[in-house]
Parts: sequence; structure tokens; C-alpha cells
Amino acid sequence: MVEHFLNLAVKAIFVENMALAFFLGMCSFLAVSRKVETAVGLGSAVIFVLGITVPMNNIIYNYALKEGALAWVSPNLAQYDLSFLGFLTYIGTIAAMVQIVEMVLDRYAPGLYGALGVFLPLIAVNCAILGASLFMVERDYTLAESAVYGIGSGIGWALAIVGLAAIRERLRYHNIPPALRGLGITFIITGLMAIGFMAFAGVQL
Amino acid sequence: MSLRSFLDKQGRHFEPGGKLEKLHPLWEAQDTILYTPGKVTAGPAHARDGLDLKRMMITVVVALVGCVYMAMYNTGYQTHLAISRGAAPLDTWQTRAMEAMGLGFDPASIWACIIHGALYYLPIVIVTLVAGGFWEVLFAIVRKHEVNEGFFVTWFLFPLILPPTIPLWQVAMGISFGVVIGKEIFGGTGMNFLNPALTARAFLFFAYPIEISGDKVWIAAATSADGVSGATWLANAAEQGQAALAQGVTWWDAFVGTIPGSMGETSALACLLGAVILIATGVGSWRIMGGVVVGTILTTIGLNAIGSDTNPLFGVPFWWQMVLGGWAFGAVFMATDPVSAAQTDRGRTIYGFLIGVFAVLIRVINPAYPEGMMLAILLMNVFAPTIDHYVLKANIKRRKARYAT
Repeated sequence: MVEHFLNLAVKAIFVENMALAFFLGMCSFLAVSRKVETAVGLGSAVIFVLGITVPMNNIIYNYALKEGALAWVSPNLAQYDLSFLGFLTYIGTIAAMVQIVEMVLDRYAPGLYGALGVFLPLIAVNCAILGASLFMVERDYTLAESAVYGIGSGIGWALAIVGLAAIRERLRYHNIPPALRGLGITFIITGLMAIGFMAFAGVQL
Repeated sequence: MSLRSFLDKQGRHFEPGGKLEKLHPLWEAQDTILYTPGKVTAGPAHARDGLDLKRMMITVVVALVGCVYMAMYNTGYQTHLAISRGAAPLDTWQTRAMEAMGLGFDPASIWACIIHGALYYLPIVIVTLVAGGFWEVLFAIVRKHEVNEGFFVTWFLFPLILPPTIPLWQVAMGISFGVVIGKEIFGGTGMNFLNPALTARAFLFFAYPIEISGDKVWIAAATSADGVSGATWLANAAEQGQAALAQGVTWWDAFVGTIPGSMGETSALACLLGAVILIATGVGSWRIMGGVVVGTILTTIGLNAIGSDTNPLFGVPFWWQMVLGGWAFGAVFMATDPVSAAQTDRGRTIYGFLIGVFAVLIRVINPAYPEGMMLAILLMNVFAPTIDHYVLKANIKRRKARYAT
């Protein structure tokens, strides 16, 4: 059992890295990777939000949306299939979670809150977060599995953005062609990082 | 008229305002190869050191000589060995040239082996130089920086990590990608964060997998699964584990390098000689090499202890891991690249250690790639700045604590 979860975590962190294998969550990935400290902050926020929203959406999916999921309320409701409401509810859950994280950060880490700026609310529409919930539904994870998957893919995304931020800090004084400075070179760095991460494509444990 | 005064006389055309001002980087390159430049720093901060970029890079090239020799000898030797065992020679100009020279395909003849190998190796070297040098010079002229010896090392390293049968246009594609995307767009030598030679090889590896992996490409003769095998021993080990190694090849063969593989990387012995030169001159970091060795040994021992019924590679001991595939070449020449490696001493140890760990892990648990060294180094290149960042952070914290009282 432990082996199974370990396998799932390794898969979520390295093999199916949200940022570098699926290229999800690119908007904040590119924009908030100028400094390592902020990247670490956003990365931990993503880990936190993913670690909570994926299992929560899993509960909602299994007990409210899936075909026959409402049978526990009354047998008459077993015929309903509410999965068409999926996107709406997942996004709602995520938005509520992000709101909570935002309030907590504002209260206890105002520096980080200021540094993350508009990108914290943007986590709500970060496709890595919604993507993880959708992958969870598609792959039919159990509650425990989806918790591991959520945290794992959050760690993977955080790892990628911290790596990118460290590279960008090192490149700050480099003589990059003017036309490529800023986002241009960041896209190319992301691509090259993805080549590095292809080392894990096909790993079997 | 001496060469020096001729150069001085012609040099004015390349100075600002001269007729050929745009070609100054080219002129400067040949001038500094022939003579030590007389220009010195104008500002007050002026460090005197016998070691400059030129000497550093040339030291690496000198350290590579053994690998270059083995690249030529072993390419020919493997081909002749396969032919003597019944494989047909390839229908290429190299084969016809060998026949025309009347050298035959005798694996025992060292000269015939070297010449046959050189017929495969040298065209790849020339294409690398022409295609890569073209981009290097183009960027130097347009961006007005100097052509420098960083490319020299890439030029020597890249052909050594290719299989002998690779089509030359792919060589040109690969080195173009490595030089332009891997290095020049970050600002040229010293500015890249990935090793350009490895970037080039990884590009070819993912873009044209048929020509650079599998068991058809490593020997320049018509090998087949049921006739003469052309698979590398690493691939054999992946299928049958220690048993395949025990029957097919001695450890000594693998150490000296008379096994199929990429041209320059088969010989751990040549790499060891290079390592001695690099460490003695201080050009290569012993911390990185040591880290790779320790990481490999610990991971292999751990995997040996875990064991596996389905994956025979779990049982391969570390002294085999170190002589097969690109391990030695990667540890000595690729991981120690001073630009793309970690820059702090402690960071280098961690960086090397993790390369060793990931190289073995990718080899063993990733059936998609029998060879893990190249990808492990690329992966750690990506994270080298992160390691540095946290090593620096820890240093600052420690000093603060020390002076806090």
C-alpha cells in the first residue's frame, strides 16, 4: 500500500510534472519566477491549495456529482448524474480555498502576500489546480490517492518554479539579446528545463 | 616580414573604422590563437593569473586526447570485430575507401581499425566544427563579442557522445541547436545554464531516436538481432542483468573500452586519464567527480540490497555501472563543465552526488532509456542554480549566527 502511494507521489512530482510535462499553470509559472523567495512562496501556496482542493473535489465528485452518487441521500436520487456540473463546482471549491489562503497569508505573512500580489487570486484560475482535479476525476482516484496526488503534483510544480526562479536569478546579468529579455528567454528556459525533466518520462516503479 | 608585423599591418582593417570592421571577432580569434594578446585591463582591479579561458579550455581538450584516440580505434575495432563474426560491411563510402586502400577488415590490425574509425569520426568532427562554428562566428559578429575557446570544448565533446553511424545532417542539426539555443541566446560562453554539447545530444536523442538509440547504430556494420548483436552492454544488462555481463564481456574490456557504444565514451580508462589531468591542473572539480562516484556507489548498493524479480538491472554492481555506457565520460567531462555546474564548493558536492544518484536511478527504473547519465546531468544542470542559492543562504545564516554574539 505504501509502495502504491510512493509510486503515485513520484509520478505526480517528476514523471507527470504539472509545469514541465503538461505545461499547466504557465501564467503564474512565468510571471512569478523572478526571485527564488517569491517562487517558494507561490510554490507552497500551490502545494497547499492543491493538497486541499483535490481531495475536497474528490469527496464532492464521489458523493454528489457522479452517476448514482446521491444514492446515499435516498435511493430515488440514484438515477441522477450531475457530473455535468463538475467544472462549476471544482472551480467554486478552488476559489473558496484560495480566498482562505489569501486571508491567512494577509494576516500572518504580509510580506509574501505583497510579493505574490495579483497572482495569489490568480491561483484560483491556475489551470494546474483545476487540471489536478480533472485528472483526479478522469483517473478515478480514491480519497487517499487524490490527497497524495494533489500534494505530489503541487510539490512537482513548486520544484519546477523554484528551479526556474534560481536560473533566472543567475541569468539576471547575462548578456541576453535585447529582443529575448524577459518572457522570451523564460519560455526558452522552460523548454530546456522540460528536456531535463524528460529524464523521467517512462519511469516505472 | 615576420608574421607578427604582417598581422599588425593587416589588423588595422579590422579595427573600428576599418574596411572589415564587422569581421573583427574572426580576426581577433586567429590573432589570439597565434599570439598572447597584448591588451590588458585598463581599470584598477587587475588580477594576474597564468590561467585564462584559453588555457583552461585547451587543458580540457588535452585531457580528451585519450578519448579521441579510443573513439577512432574502437569504432574501427567494433566494426571489424562484427565483420569478422559474419556481419556484412555497410554500403558506405567508408567501406569502399577501406577496400580501395586495401587495408581489409582485420580486428587485430590497430592501424586498419584506427583508419576505419577515423573515416567515421572525422567527418562528424568536421561537420560539428563547420555548423557549430558558423553559428558561433555569426553570433560573435552580430552581437559584437569575441569568438572564444568555449566552442572548442563543445566541438571536441559533441562528436564523442554520438554513435558512429549518425547521419551528418543530424550532427549539424544537433550542434546548431546546442550552440544557438543552448548557449548563444543566453549571451555566449559562460552564460548558458545547460551544457551545450549535452543539450545538442539530448535534442537529437528526443528528435531522432532511431538514429541515436537502439541496437543498430553503435557498430558501423550490418548487425541484426539473430546474427551479430549490435546492442550495447548496458542494453543487454537491462534485459538480462548481471548474467548477460558475466557471459559476454569481461570487466577489463569494458574498462579499456573495447565495447559498442557512443564513439568516445566507451573507455573508462581514457576518461580516468582525463580525470587525472583535469584534477591535477585544477580545471575540473574533484568535488563533482567525487560526488558522482559516491552517489553512484551508494545508490547502486541500495538498489542491490532492495533487489527485484522483474528488473534484472537492480542487481548490477557499481563497478559495472561505472564502466558501462557514458558514466565515466559524463562524470569526468560533462558534469564538471564549470559553467553549467554548481558554482559553490558545497554545492558542487551535492550536485555531483545527485548526478550519481539520478544516473543510476534512471538507468535502473526507467526502461525507456537504458542510459541515464546524459539526462541526469541535464536534470542537475537545471537545478544547479537552486542548489547554489540554498548553499549561499546557508552560508549567510551560519555567518550571521557566528557573528551574532
